[in-house]
Amino acid sequence: MKRELPLMIVLIFGTFMAFQYFVPHRISSDLYQEFNNWTIIIGIFAMVVGIGSLISLHYNRIKFKKPGWGYSTVTIVCLIGMMSIGLIGGTENDLFLKLYRHGLAPVTSTMFSLLAFFIASAAYRAFRARTILATLLLLAAVVVMLGRVPIGEILTGWLPRPLQFSEISNFLLYVPNTAAKRAIFIGVGLGVAAMSLKIILGIERTWLGGEGRK
Amino acid sequence: MTTGQLILNGIAAFLTLCIFSFLYKDNPFYKFAERLVAGVATGYWTILLYHTNFTDKVIEPIFINGQYHYIIPAVLGIMMWTRFSRKWSWISRYPIAFYIGIGSGVSITVYLYTYLFKQLQATISTPLTLDLAGLNVLIIVIAVLSALIYFFFSSAHKGIFNVASRFGIYVIMIGFGAGFGLTVMGRVALLVQRIIFLRDYIVALFGG
Repeated sequence: MKRELPLMIVLIFGTFMAFQYFVPHRISSDLYQEFNNWTIIIGIFAMVVGIGSLISLHYNRIKFKKPGWGYSTVTIVCLIGMMSIGLIGGTENDLFLKLYRHGLAPVTSTMFSLLAFFIASAAYRAFRARTILATLLLLAAVVVMLGRVPIGEILTGWLPRPLQFSEISNFLLYVPNTAAKRAIFIGVGLGVAAMSLKIILGIERTWLGGEGRK
Repeated sequence: MTTGQLILNGIAAFLTLCIFSFLYKDNPFYKFAERLVAGVATGYWTILLYHTNFTDKVIEPIFINGQYHYIIPAVLGIMMWTRFSRKWSWISRYPIAFYIGIGSGVSITVYLYTYLFKQLQATISTPLTLDLAGLNVLIIVIAVLSALIYFFFSSAHKGIFNVASRFGIYVIMIGFGAGFGLTVMGRVALLVQRIIFLRDYIVALFGG
Protein backbone atom coordinates (compact mmCIF):
# COMPACT_ATOMS: atom_id res chain seq x y z
CA MET A 1 0.00 0.00 0.00
CA LYS A 2 2.75 2.45 0.96
CA ARG A 3 5.14 1.33 -1.77
CA GLU A 4 3.34 -0.79 -4.38
CA LEU A 5 0.43 1.57 -5.00
CA PRO A 6 2.65 4.60 -5.80
CA LEU A 7 4.72 2.40 -8.14
CA MET A 8 1.49 1.24 -9.83
CA ILE A 9 0.31 4.86 -10.22
CA VAL A 10 3.63 5.76 -11.89
CA LEU A 11 3.39 2.74 -14.22
CA ILE A 12 -0.20 3.45 -15.28
CA PHE A 13 0.07 7.21 -15.80
CA GLY A 14 3.59 7.05 -17.21
CA THR A 15 2.61 4.42 -19.80
CA PHE A 16 -0.56 6.29 -20.68
CA MET A 17 1.25 9.62 -21.18
CA ALA A 18 3.98 8.00 -23.26
CA PHE A 19 1.51 6.24 -25.57
CA GLN A 20 -1.11 8.98 -25.88
CA TYR A 21 1.41 10.95 -27.98
CA PHE A 22 0.89 8.42 -30.79
CA VAL A 23 -2.93 8.49 -30.62
CA PRO A 24 -4.25 11.23 -32.92
CA HIS A 25 -7.67 11.48 -31.27
CA ARG A 26 -9.31 14.39 -29.50
CA ILE A 27 -9.98 12.36 -26.35
CA SER A 28 -6.28 11.54 -26.12
CA SER A 29 -5.17 15.16 -26.46
CA ASP A 30 -7.92 16.31 -24.05
CA LEU A 31 -6.75 13.82 -21.44
CA TYR A 32 -3.15 14.95 -21.98
CA GLN A 33 -4.18 18.56 -21.37
CA GLU A 34 -6.30 17.59 -18.37
CA PHE A 35 -3.52 15.63 -16.66
CA ASN A 36 -1.07 18.42 -17.34
CA ASN A 37 -3.47 20.79 -15.55
CA TRP A 38 -3.65 18.36 -12.66
CA THR A 39 0.14 18.35 -12.28
CA ILE A 40 0.11 22.17 -12.24
CA ILE A 41 -2.53 22.12 -9.47
CA ILE A 42 -0.52 19.60 -7.42
CA GLY A 43 2.54 21.80 -7.96
CA ILE A 44 0.71 24.85 -6.59
CA PHE A 45 -0.21 23.00 -3.40
CA ALA A 46 3.32 21.59 -3.17
CA MET A 47 4.58 25.16 -3.05
CA VAL A 48 3.07 25.40 0.44
CA VAL A 49 5.51 22.66 1.51
CA GLY A 50 8.42 24.80 0.29
CA ILE A 51 7.20 27.95 2.00
CA GLY A 52 6.42 25.97 5.16
CA SER A 53 9.97 24.57 5.20
CA LEU A 54 11.45 28.05 4.72
CA ILE A 55 9.37 29.52 7.55
CA SER A 56 10.06 26.55 9.83
CA LEU A 57 13.83 26.78 9.23
CA HIS A 58 14.02 30.50 9.98
CA TYR A 59 11.50 30.32 12.83
CA ASN A 60 13.65 27.70 14.59
CA ARG A 61 16.74 29.85 14.09
CA ILE A 62 14.99 32.81 15.72
CA LYS A 63 13.41 30.70 18.47
CA PHE A 64 16.68 29.11 19.56
CA LYS A 65 18.72 32.30 18.91
CA LYS A 66 21.08 30.45 16.57
CA PRO A 67 23.98 32.40 14.97
CA GLY A 68 22.62 34.81 12.34
CA TRP A 69 19.05 34.68 13.71
CA GLY A 70 18.66 38.40 13.01
CA TYR A 71 18.95 37.76 9.27
CA SER A 72 16.26 35.09 9.57
CA THR A 73 13.98 37.80 10.97
CA VAL A 74 14.64 39.87 7.82
CA THR A 75 13.62 36.92 5.62
CA ILE A 76 10.42 36.18 7.55
CA VAL A 77 9.38 39.85 7.77
CA CYS A 78 10.01 40.35 4.02
CA LEU A 79 8.19 37.13 3.11
CA ILE A 80 5.13 37.88 5.23
CA GLY A 81 5.16 41.55 4.22
CA MET A 82 5.34 40.80 0.49
CA MET A 83 2.66 38.12 0.72
CA SER A 84 0.33 40.35 2.74
CA ILE A 85 0.69 43.26 0.29
CA GLY A 86 0.13 40.92 -2.69
CA LEU A 87 -2.85 39.17 -1.11
CA ILE A 88 -4.60 42.40 -0.12
CA GLY A 89 -3.74 44.60 -3.09
CA GLY A 90 -3.14 42.08 -5.88
CA THR A 91 -0.21 41.88 -8.28
CA GLU A 92 -0.96 45.28 -9.86
CA ASN A 93 -0.71 46.99 -6.47
CA ASP A 94 1.70 49.96 -6.61
CA LEU A 95 3.62 49.04 -3.45
CA PHE A 96 3.93 45.39 -4.57
CA LEU A 97 5.40 46.48 -7.92
CA LYS A 98 7.72 49.03 -6.27
CA LEU A 99 9.10 46.36 -3.94
CA TYR A 100 9.77 44.22 -6.98
CA ARG A 101 11.38 47.02 -9.04
CA HIS A 102 13.46 48.56 -6.26
CA GLY A 103 14.09 45.56 -4.01
CA LEU A 104 14.07 42.30 -5.91
CA ALA A 105 15.15 43.30 -9.43
CA PRO A 106 18.31 45.29 -8.54
CA VAL A 107 19.56 42.66 -6.09
CA THR A 108 19.05 39.72 -8.47
CA SER A 109 20.71 41.50 -11.41
CA THR A 110 23.62 42.60 -9.16
CA MET A 111 24.04 39.01 -7.96
CA PHE A 112 24.22 37.82 -11.56
CA SER A 113 26.68 40.59 -12.42
CA LEU A 114 28.88 39.49 -9.48
CA LEU A 115 29.28 36.19 -11.27
CA ALA A 116 31.41 38.00 -13.88
CA PHE A 117 34.16 38.30 -11.22
CA PHE A 118 33.81 34.75 -9.97
CA ILE A 119 33.70 33.31 -13.50
CA ALA A 120 36.91 35.22 -14.31
CA SER A 121 38.60 33.87 -11.17
CA ALA A 122 37.39 30.30 -11.88
CA ALA A 123 38.60 30.61 -15.47
CA TYR A 124 42.04 31.72 -14.33
CA ARG A 125 42.33 28.65 -12.10
CA ALA A 126 41.01 26.32 -14.83
CA PHE A 127 43.34 27.71 -17.48
CA ARG A 128 46.40 27.27 -15.29
CA ALA A 129 46.09 23.53 -16.03
CA ARG A 130 48.09 24.23 -19.23
CA THR A 131 46.80 21.30 -21.25
CA ILE A 132 45.78 21.41 -24.92
CA LEU A 133 42.13 21.14 -23.95
CA ALA A 134 42.37 24.00 -21.42
CA THR A 135 44.19 26.12 -24.00
CA LEU A 136 41.48 25.48 -26.60
CA LEU A 137 38.84 26.45 -24.07
CA LEU A 138 40.72 29.63 -23.15
CA LEU A 139 41.37 30.65 -26.78
CA ALA A 140 37.76 30.11 -27.81
CA ALA A 141 36.52 32.08 -24.78
CA VAL A 142 38.94 34.98 -25.36
CA VAL A 143 38.12 35.20 -29.08
CA VAL A 144 34.35 35.18 -28.39
CA MET A 145 34.74 37.83 -25.68
CA LEU A 146 36.90 40.08 -27.88
CA GLY A 147 34.62 39.49 -30.85
CA ARG A 148 31.71 41.01 -28.94
CA VAL A 149 33.37 44.30 -27.88
CA PRO A 150 34.79 47.28 -29.79
CA ILE A 151 38.38 46.52 -28.71
CA GLY A 152 38.22 43.32 -30.77
CA GLU A 153 37.33 45.39 -33.82
CA ILE A 154 40.23 47.78 -33.10
CA LEU A 155 42.72 44.92 -32.70
CA THR A 156 41.78 42.99 -35.83
CA GLY A 157 39.87 45.51 -37.95
CA TRP A 158 42.81 45.87 -40.35
CA LEU A 159 42.93 42.12 -41.11
CA PRO A 160 40.90 40.44 -43.89
CA ARG A 161 37.30 39.93 -42.76
CA PRO A 162 37.48 36.12 -42.11
CA LEU A 163 40.40 36.71 -39.71
CA GLN A 164 38.69 39.40 -37.64
CA PHE A 165 37.67 38.49 -34.09
CA SER A 166 33.99 39.19 -34.77
CA GLU A 167 33.95 36.73 -37.69
CA ILE A 168 35.94 34.03 -35.86
CA SER A 169 33.67 34.54 -32.86
CA ASN A 170 30.58 33.98 -35.04
CA PHE A 171 32.18 30.89 -36.55
CA LEU A 172 32.98 29.47 -33.09
CA LEU A 173 29.44 30.11 -31.89
CA TYR A 174 27.68 28.76 -34.97
CA VAL A 175 29.89 25.76 -35.81
CA PRO A 176 31.84 24.13 -32.91
CA ASN A 177 29.45 25.44 -30.25
CA THR A 178 26.42 24.19 -32.20
CA ALA A 179 28.08 20.82 -32.82
CA ALA A 180 29.03 20.38 -29.15
CA LYS A 181 25.56 21.42 -28.01
CA ARG A 182 23.89 19.04 -30.46
CA ALA A 183 25.99 16.09 -29.32
CA ILE A 184 25.19 16.91 -25.69
CA PHE A 185 21.48 17.39 -26.45
CA ILE A 186 21.37 13.99 -28.19
CA GLY A 187 22.96 12.45 -25.09
CA VAL A 188 20.52 14.30 -22.82
CA GLY A 189 17.55 13.15 -24.91
CA LEU A 190 18.59 9.50 -24.73
CA GLY A 191 19.47 9.83 -21.03
CA VAL A 192 16.14 11.39 -20.03
CA ALA A 193 14.19 8.82 -22.06
CA ALA A 194 16.13 5.95 -20.46
CA MET A 195 15.73 7.40 -16.95
CA SER A 196 11.98 7.99 -17.49
CA LEU A 197 11.59 4.41 -18.67
CA LYS A 198 13.44 3.17 -15.56
CA ILE A 199 11.11 5.23 -13.33
CA ILE A 200 7.96 4.02 -15.11
CA LEU A 201 9.05 0.38 -14.87
CA GLY A 202 9.89 0.78 -11.17
CA ILE A 203 13.62 0.11 -11.60
CA GLU A 204 14.52 3.59 -10.38
CA ARG A 205 12.82 4.14 -7.01
CA THR A 206 14.84 6.84 -5.27
CA TRP A 207 11.87 9.21 -5.56
CA LEU A 208 10.05 7.06 -2.98
CA GLY A 209 12.68 8.13 -0.45
CA GLY A 210 13.95 6.28 2.65
CA GLU A 211 12.07 3.06 3.35
CA GLY A 212 10.32 3.07 -0.03
CA ARG A 213 13.49 1.91 -1.76
CA LYS A 214 13.64 -1.36 0.19
CA MET B 1 13.74 62.77 -10.42
CA THR B 2 11.14 63.34 -7.67
CA THR B 3 11.93 62.90 -3.97
CA GLY B 4 9.91 59.66 -3.92
CA GLN B 5 11.90 58.26 -6.86
CA LEU B 6 15.14 59.36 -5.22
CA ILE B 7 14.24 57.45 -2.04
CA LEU B 8 13.20 54.33 -3.98
CA ASN B 9 16.30 54.44 -6.18
CA GLY B 10 18.33 55.07 -3.01
CA ILE B 11 17.03 51.77 -1.59
CA ALA B 12 17.94 50.01 -4.86
CA ALA B 13 21.41 51.65 -4.85
CA PHE B 14 21.98 50.68 -1.20
CA LEU B 15 21.01 47.06 -1.91
CA THR B 16 23.23 47.02 -5.02
CA LEU B 17 26.21 48.24 -2.95
CA CYS B 18 25.38 45.67 -0.24
CA ILE B 19 25.66 42.88 -2.83
CA PHE B 20 28.86 44.35 -4.35
CA SER B 21 30.41 44.43 -0.86
CA PHE B 22 30.74 40.64 -1.14
CA LEU B 23 33.63 41.21 -3.53
CA TYR B 24 35.67 42.26 -0.49
CA LYS B 25 34.44 39.46 1.79
CA ASP B 26 31.27 38.05 3.35
CA ASN B 27 29.83 40.76 5.61
CA PRO B 28 26.61 41.74 7.44
CA PHE B 29 25.47 44.10 4.62
CA TYR B 30 25.65 41.29 2.06
CA LYS B 31 23.92 38.86 4.41
CA PHE B 32 21.16 41.40 5.02
CA ALA B 33 20.55 41.96 1.29
CA GLU B 34 20.72 38.24 0.57
CA ARG B 35 18.14 37.32 3.22
CA LEU B 36 15.96 40.26 2.22
CA VAL B 37 15.84 39.08 -1.37
CA ALA B 38 15.12 35.49 -0.26
CA GLY B 39 12.02 36.68 1.57
CA VAL B 40 10.87 39.17 -1.06
CA ALA B 41 11.43 36.72 -3.96
CA THR B 42 9.55 33.90 -2.23
CA GLY B 43 6.68 36.23 -1.38
CA TYR B 44 6.61 37.69 -4.88
CA TRP B 45 6.48 34.36 -6.72
CA THR B 46 3.99 32.87 -4.26
CA ILE B 47 1.59 35.74 -4.79
CA LEU B 48 2.11 35.68 -8.54
CA LEU B 49 1.31 31.95 -8.65
CA TYR B 50 -1.66 32.44 -6.32
CA HIS B 51 -3.21 35.17 -8.46
CA THR B 52 -2.55 33.38 -11.76
CA ASN B 53 -2.39 29.59 -11.49
CA PHE B 54 -4.28 28.98 -8.25
CA THR B 55 -7.15 31.31 -9.16
CA ASP B 56 -7.33 30.10 -12.78
CA LYS B 57 -6.92 26.40 -12.19
CA VAL B 58 -8.46 25.78 -8.78
CA ILE B 59 -10.79 28.55 -7.56
CA GLU B 60 -12.51 29.38 -10.87
CA PRO B 61 -13.03 25.82 -12.18
CA ILE B 62 -14.31 24.41 -8.88
CA PHE B 63 -16.22 27.28 -7.30
CA ILE B 64 -17.36 29.27 -10.35
CA ASN B 65 -17.53 26.87 -13.33
CA GLY B 66 -18.64 23.84 -11.32
CA GLN B 67 -15.93 21.55 -12.74
CA TYR B 68 -15.85 19.41 -9.63
CA HIS B 69 -13.39 16.84 -11.01
CA TYR B 70 -10.67 19.40 -10.25
CA ILE B 71 -11.24 18.54 -6.59
CA ILE B 72 -9.18 15.35 -7.24
CA PRO B 73 -5.88 17.13 -8.04
CA ALA B 74 -6.64 19.64 -5.27
CA VAL B 75 -6.97 16.76 -2.76
CA LEU B 76 -3.78 15.19 -4.19
CA GLY B 77 -2.09 18.56 -3.70
CA ILE B 78 -3.31 18.79 -0.09
CA MET B 79 -1.93 15.27 0.45
CA MET B 80 1.50 16.77 -0.26
CA TRP B 81 1.20 18.67 3.02
CA THR B 82 1.58 15.41 4.94
CA ARG B 83 5.32 15.91 4.30
CA PHE B 84 5.23 18.03 7.47
CA SER B 85 4.42 14.94 9.58
CA ARG B 86 6.90 12.10 10.00
CA LYS B 87 4.09 9.65 10.75
CA TRP B 88 1.93 10.51 7.74
CA SER B 89 4.51 11.62 5.20
CA TRP B 90 4.10 8.34 3.23
CA ILE B 91 0.72 9.68 2.02
CA SER B 92 2.58 12.32 -0.01
CA ARG B 93 3.95 9.49 -2.17
CA TYR B 94 0.61 9.25 -4.03
CA PRO B 95 0.61 12.79 -5.43
CA ILE B 96 4.37 12.53 -6.05
CA ALA B 97 3.75 9.24 -7.91
CA PHE B 98 1.09 10.90 -10.03
CA TYR B 99 3.37 13.86 -10.73
CA ILE B 100 6.37 11.68 -11.56
CA GLY B 101 4.29 9.28 -13.67
CA ILE B 102 2.90 12.10 -15.81
CA GLY B 103 6.30 13.79 -16.00
CA SER B 104 8.17 10.61 -16.99
CA GLY B 105 5.61 9.61 -19.60
CA VAL B 106 5.63 13.04 -21.20
CA SER B 107 9.45 13.27 -21.01
CA ILE B 108 10.01 10.12 -23.09
CA THR B 109 8.26 11.46 -26.17
CA VAL B 110 9.06 15.14 -25.71
CA TYR B 111 12.78 14.64 -25.09
CA LEU B 112 13.18 12.04 -27.82
CA TYR B 113 11.47 14.39 -30.26
CA THR B 114 13.16 17.68 -29.35
CA TYR B 115 16.55 16.54 -28.06
CA LEU B 116 17.16 13.56 -30.33
CA PHE B 117 15.13 13.64 -33.56
CA LYS B 118 15.12 17.41 -34.03
CA GLN B 119 18.87 17.66 -33.38
CA LEU B 120 19.63 14.79 -35.78
CA GLN B 121 17.30 16.31 -38.35
CA ALA B 122 19.00 19.72 -38.08
CA THR B 123 22.41 18.05 -38.44
CA ILE B 124 21.75 15.89 -41.48
CA SER B 125 18.98 17.66 -43.38
CA THR B 126 20.92 20.84 -44.25
CA PRO B 127 22.09 20.45 -47.88
CA LEU B 128 25.84 20.34 -48.54
CA THR B 129 26.88 23.06 -50.99
CA LEU B 130 30.21 23.92 -52.58
CA ASP B 131 30.75 27.14 -50.64
CA LEU B 132 31.71 28.31 -47.14
CA ALA B 133 28.24 27.57 -45.75
CA GLY B 134 28.45 24.03 -47.11
CA LEU B 135 31.87 23.58 -45.51
CA ASN B 136 30.42 24.70 -42.17
CA VAL B 137 27.62 22.14 -42.52
CA LEU B 138 30.18 19.40 -43.24
CA ILE B 139 32.26 20.44 -40.21
CA ILE B 140 29.13 20.35 -38.02
CA VAL B 141 28.24 16.82 -39.22
CA ILE B 142 31.77 15.52 -38.57
CA ALA B 143 32.02 17.40 -35.26
CA VAL B 144 28.66 16.08 -33.96
CA LEU B 145 29.61 12.50 -34.89
CA SER B 146 33.05 12.88 -33.27
CA ALA B 147 31.57 14.39 -30.09
CA LEU B 148 29.05 11.53 -29.93
CA ILE B 149 31.89 9.01 -30.34
CA TYR B 150 33.66 10.69 -27.39
CA PHE B 151 30.60 9.92 -25.23
CA PHE B 152 30.29 6.34 -26.55
CA PHE B 153 31.81 4.03 -23.97
CA SER B 154 30.55 0.64 -25.22
CA SER B 155 33.68 0.23 -27.32
CA ALA B 156 37.35 0.90 -26.53
CA HIS B 157 38.66 4.19 -27.94
CA LYS B 158 41.39 2.70 -30.18
CA GLY B 159 42.55 3.33 -33.76
CA ILE B 160 40.22 5.47 -35.90
CA PHE B 161 37.74 5.49 -33.00
CA ASN B 162 40.40 7.14 -30.82
CA VAL B 163 41.16 9.77 -33.51
CA ALA B 164 37.46 10.62 -33.81
CA SER B 165 37.08 10.67 -30.02
CA ARG B 166 40.06 13.07 -29.65
CA PHE B 167 38.62 15.35 -32.32
CA GLY B 168 35.27 15.14 -30.49
CA ILE B 169 36.71 16.37 -27.19
CA TYR B 170 38.48 19.24 -28.99
CA VAL B 171 35.16 20.27 -30.53
CA ILE B 172 33.45 20.06 -27.15
CA MET B 173 36.16 22.18 -25.49
CA ILE B 174 36.02 24.84 -28.21
CA GLY B 175 32.22 24.81 -27.93
CA PHE B 176 32.38 25.16 -24.15
CA GLY B 177 34.93 27.96 -24.49
CA ALA B 178 32.67 29.84 -26.89
CA GLY B 179 29.68 29.34 -24.60
CA PHE B 180 31.78 30.42 -21.61
CA GLY B 181 32.91 33.59 -23.39
CA LEU B 182 29.33 34.45 -24.27
CA THR B 183 28.19 33.91 -20.66
CA VAL B 184 30.98 36.13 -19.31
CA MET B 185 29.99 38.89 -21.73
CA GLY B 186 26.36 38.58 -20.60
CA ARG B 187 27.41 38.97 -16.97
CA VAL B 188 29.70 41.89 -17.83
CA ALA B 189 26.74 43.59 -19.57
CA LEU B 190 24.74 43.23 -16.34
CA LEU B 191 27.66 44.64 -14.36
CA VAL B 192 27.89 47.65 -16.69
CA GLN B 193 24.14 48.17 -16.31
CA ARG B 194 24.41 48.21 -12.50
CA ILE B 195 27.36 50.64 -12.60
CA ILE B 196 25.43 52.96 -14.94
CA PHE B 197 22.49 52.80 -12.52
CA LEU B 198 24.73 53.81 -9.59
CA ARG B 199 26.33 56.61 -11.63
CA ASP B 200 22.90 57.97 -12.67
CA TYR B 201 21.71 57.85 -9.08
CA ILE B 202 24.75 59.77 -7.79
CA VAL B 203 24.32 62.35 -10.57
CA ALA B 204 20.61 62.75 -9.70
CA LEU B 205 21.36 62.95 -5.97
CA PHE B 206 24.01 65.65 -6.23
CA GLY B 207 22.49 67.38 -9.24
CA GLY B 208 25.41 66.87 -11.63
